[in-house]
Amino acid sequence: MTDHEAPLSQEREHGGKPLLDAAEQHNKLVRVWGNPGGLRVLTVVNHTAIGRYFMITGAVFFIIGGLMAMLMRTQLALPGQDWIPPHIYNQLFTMHGTVMMFLFAVPILEGVALYVIPKMIGARDLAFPRLSALGYYCYLFGGIILMTSVVLGIAPDTGWFMYTPLSDAVYTPGLSADFWLIGITFIEISAVAAGIELVVSIMRTRTEGMTLQTMPLFAWYILAMSLMIVFGFPPLILASILLELERAAGLPFYDVLRGGDPILWQHLFWLFGHPEVYIIFLPAAGIISTILPVFARRPMVGYRWVVVSVISTAFISFGLWVHHMFTVGIPQLAQAFFSVASMMVAVPTGIQIFAWLATLWTGRPVFEVPMLWTIGFLVIFVIGGLTGVMLALVPFNWQVHDTHFVVAHMHYVLVGGMFFPLVAGLYYWWPHLTGRMPSKVLAHWGFWLTFVGFNLTFLVMHLTGLLGMPRRVYTYDAGMGWNWPNLVSSIGGFVMAAGIAVVILDLVLHGLAGRRARINPWQADTLEWATATPPAPYNFVSLPKVSGRHPLWEQPDLPETIAEGRHGLTSINHGRRETWGTDPVSGRIREIIHLPGNSWWPFFSALALAFMCIGLLAKVYVIALAAALVALGLLLRWAWENGTHPAAAPDGRTAAGEPPLHSRTFDGPGLWGMGVTLLANGSLYMSLLFGWFYLWTVAPQWQLPEHSHLHWPLLLAASLLMPLGWLWLRRLIARLRAGDDARLQQGLWWLALLGCGQCLLLIAGWWRSALVPGDTAHDAVITVFLMYTLLHCALATVMALMQAWRARRGYVSRLAPYEPLLVEYWWGYSAVTTMVSFAALVLWPLGWGGA
Amino acid sequence: MRIAFNTVFKFAPLLLLAACDGPQSTLQPAGPAAHTAALLWWGMFIVATAVTVMVTVFWLWAMRPRETMLPALRARQLQKRLIIGGGLLLPLGASVVLLAFGIPAGHSMLPLATDEPPLRIEVTARQWWWQVHYPEAQVTTANELHLPAGRPVDVHVSSEDVIHSFWVPRLGGKMDMVPGRVNVLRLSAAEPGVFRAQCAEFCGLGHAHMHMPVTAHTEPDFQRWLAQQQRAPDERQAEPALASAFREHCSECHALRGVSQGGAGPDLTTIGARRTDILGWLTQHAQQPPPTPAPDHGQLAPGQLADIADWLQRSTEAPND
Repeated sequence: MTDHEAPLSQEREHGGKPLLDAAEQHNKLVRVWGNPGGLRVLTVVNHTAIGRYFMITGAVFFIIGGLMAMLMRTQLALPGQDWIPPHIYNQLFTMHGTVMMFLFAVPILEGVALYVIPKMIGARDLAFPRLSALGYYCYLFGGIILMTSVVLGIAPDTGWFMYTPLSDAVYTPGLSADFWLIGITFIEISAVAAGIELVVSIMRTRTEGMTLQTMPLFAWYILAMSLMIVFGFPPLILASILLELERAAGLPFYDVLRGGDPILWQHLFWLFGHPEVYIIFLPAAGIISTILPVFARRPMVGYRWVVVSVISTAFISFGLWVHHMFTVGIPQLAQAFFSVASMMVAVPTGIQIFAWLATLWTGRPVFEVPMLWTIGFLVIFVIGGLTGVMLALVPFNWQVHDTHFVVAHMHYVLVGGMFFPLVAGLYYWWPHLTGRMPSKVLAHWGFWLTFVGFNLTFLVMHLTGLLGMPRRVYTYDAGMGWNWPNLVSSIGGFVMAAGIAVVILDLVLHGLAGRRARINPWQADTLEWATATPPAPYNFVSLPKVSGRHPLWEQPDLPETIAEGRHGLTSINHGRRETWGTDPVSGRIREIIHLPGNSWWPFFSALALAFMCIGLLAKVYVIALAAALVALGLLLRWAWENGTHPAAAPDGRTAAGEPPLHSRTFDGPGLWGMGVTLLANGSLYMSLLFGWFYLWTVAPQWQLPEHSHLHWPLLLAASLLMPLGWLWLRRLIARLRAGDDARLQQGLWWLALLGCGQCLLLIAGWWRSALVPGDTAHDAVITVFLMYTLLHCALATVMALMQAWRARRGYVSRLAPYEPLLVEYWWGYSAVTTMVSFAALVLWPLGWGGA
Repeated sequence: MRIAFNTVFKFAPLLLLAACDGPQSTLQPAGPAAHTAALLWWGMFIVATAVTVMVTVFWLWAMRPRETMLPALRARQLQKRLIIGGGLLLPLGASVVLLAFGIPAGHSMLPLATDEPPLRIEVTARQWWWQVHYPEAQVTTANELHLPAGRPVDVHVSSEDVIHSFWVPRLGGKMDMVPGRVNVLRLSAAEPGVFRAQCAEFCGLGHAHMHMPVTAHTEPDFQRWLAQQQRAPDERQAEPALASAFREHCSECHALRGVSQGGAGPDLTTIGARRTDILGWLTQHAQQPPPTPAPDHGQLAPGQLADIADWLQRSTEAPND
């Protein structure tokens, strides 16, 4: 609010420009950015559309998960009821948790982020629009696969935490656990894809002048969430792959008799599972930090404090996982450490809560419906946080762990910390999504029913747990003192369900036929309110330059000047979808990012991947392999249409005074995308290393072969060849940087050949190693290491081949030198992991004095 | 009016306490570990309630609609105080206080060395029952736990199949029973009494029904009980036909001291003392939870099954003393 001069200076700067004819400009933009109808709707990649799909699909899964909860509460209303038999009840609580976590909470928040973030940071779309579509279809198909198991009555029934050995092939034969492992891993691909995309979009596509220090707090929250997804999901992906290998192929990672350890699953699961809680909480808190200052009519207090809190929450949350395992029997010192760490996370959360309080206190609050949900959030979340601190105390945890006390705590944290802010956000952005205002009467009914119902259900549930009622029981005896609290919880559950039904009704009715929303109806400060409501697929006719944290408060006429085309990047006659590529820190314009348009590849790639999953589930590995190859082919074909390919950007020229297209530079979003992908990949690899060292040192019956099976000379040769290829590629790129592409193609062919040699060496080394992966966890883990390395080398080789082919076609040259850099990242990563694997598999055992 | 008020005041705490009672209530502790945990709870409950009320009141106060803003200087001062005081010092201070009480409390629950060596009991879980073994007395029983009151007991817990968790809420915290590992849980009952153990880790279909009675005896009673379990097996041999029928049909899974060694199912040496209607169970268990792999004995003639059950009952009952 300090810079009231800004609009004037904008005026001066652009004053001379003739105004564009608004209608004509809109039509031109829509011709390039528009979403097709009919069957071609499956080709849509636009973030506004994809964000909406995510939110609608998430809402459907929320209703499914909620109905499961209602069934459980009906059974538990009275003691001794068994109209739901235990094998169905176990499916219900497993799927309730699974659906709410993986199919509702994470995707719907990602949907909000995919929808809001580009608009908030003044971009026209996300950095990788086709990846958004792929993520959505993976989510949709994975969700459908999981729901199929529910319909067939063979849904997973070992709890959403899938503890081994209960979930292994001995104690859970059949397909139920496979549905979980394969379906959830498929869905996690979608989550990680969205995570990568959001990181890169926030870092590289902010509008001109939006520095890191001035970007909206919501972007900070989403950046933290996305990085947490990138680091947090891979441990579970790895754990699931290992468990599926154990179930399907008998590799004993978690079988204690063959040198595995069921506790390894718990470590990997909670290494994901605890960050997951904050992955859900942070974006929700970001919603609060976005809407609360708007209704307090002042900037958020303590921007820096909040940013530091968000970052430290993200860090600390990776150091807490053992507090889910205090009763497993791990060493006391470790318990003490994780206990203290768990309490420390209260500090950043406390800072945010008091920063919100200070914002309200020193502002001039107005009371609108979103604020109602914000208050509900605060009360519920504070209680959930406090019981969380209690649970961090080991001697108390030993009593209430795995009781209804924890059920109550967790719902206070997740419903309070995620659902209430989400609804606050939905009410807040509803005028943006639909162009119409929500009601006040129905909205109040909805809130109060939900709030009262929630507390009725879960407040008393703390007592139920203290009275000793364990979790995950389908029925209970009378005479335990649990009758009345359970009845209260069930009644409350139905009141809450009624409240949620009213909220949904309110949003749907008013979304269809509500009062038309004015422009920026809440007088908000962030850029998403400068678009039309509902927004056009291109978001902004022109991309504004911003100078402060609150663009619409500082330049209130931005909606008009943007629509009039008074700001940057207005040319559209070239037919490219474009947005600014800016410096990650300073927000200075570096290049124009040209984005791909509507495409069938994401849909069909996801479909092929879904067939692969179905093939794995049905254990028809021929189909799985064929589908995997088809998917790879489709993805490569998709990648083919990049850079200077005619379908991407045939014409590399930009208007006078504009920066170059990103595909003509040495930097671009794809490079960042590859970097962040490798972070996720690295997290998976670190989890595998952790598993190896963990089993080696902790597994109760760890077994070593008498002498090493590994054929170390071949493996050593393989792990030396990869870095050689890396250095070779670096040399090619150095020449490219110097403007010399004379021997580029030839060099890339050589690189591919070297990759082939490396793959052959690895296969030979594996072959000669005579591992028996079904016998011991030792050999099983080594096998996974070799598979991992081989997969990376093979992909590196394929990438080199493709680059050579593209160089031949002229898509890669000194004019378009960008793609080999991506491949170099992958080669470098593969080289490092290959060498680390060699050290871990061959050198570490020597040092340990073992085999 | 005044009387009603007084009555409420007098009885409300009693009602409240009554609401806290129950066979598995952690709020009705019967041993030092559970007592400590309950005390921790009440302390934390009071502080947490105060914090919740305080934050909510602050928040509602701050939200009251108004058109005036605090003066800038005053606002900055307030912001700093709120963030540093509420966000930094409050959680840090609370954690320090909590740990000051919590660390000694946790320490007191650990199975540390004592002057009097604790009694060792080994509990091994299966889907969905418990095997209870007293290594010193060489006694094995199932689905019942007996212990002496007023003396520390180390329960060594493990599992033969999936992960279970051993928990006697009125005596103390729980400990997971993990295949391949043995965890030790120190428990102690202050007074004689009957409590309830409950499996606390989800273990499959029979999880809800995986509980057993836990009886704390006075020391002499406990020794007497233990001695009973060690009774000579002679009388079981008195009816050789039935003993051999048992051997033929039951011994593969069940141990019966002096008769058979089977290990997959519960040891039946003292089954008559824990169950009065063996025949009823044998014929009806398929219809009742928890699920068990025991056969439904359809291949036996009804008379023969009744004879074996009757013999088993008689020869394993607690003697009348």
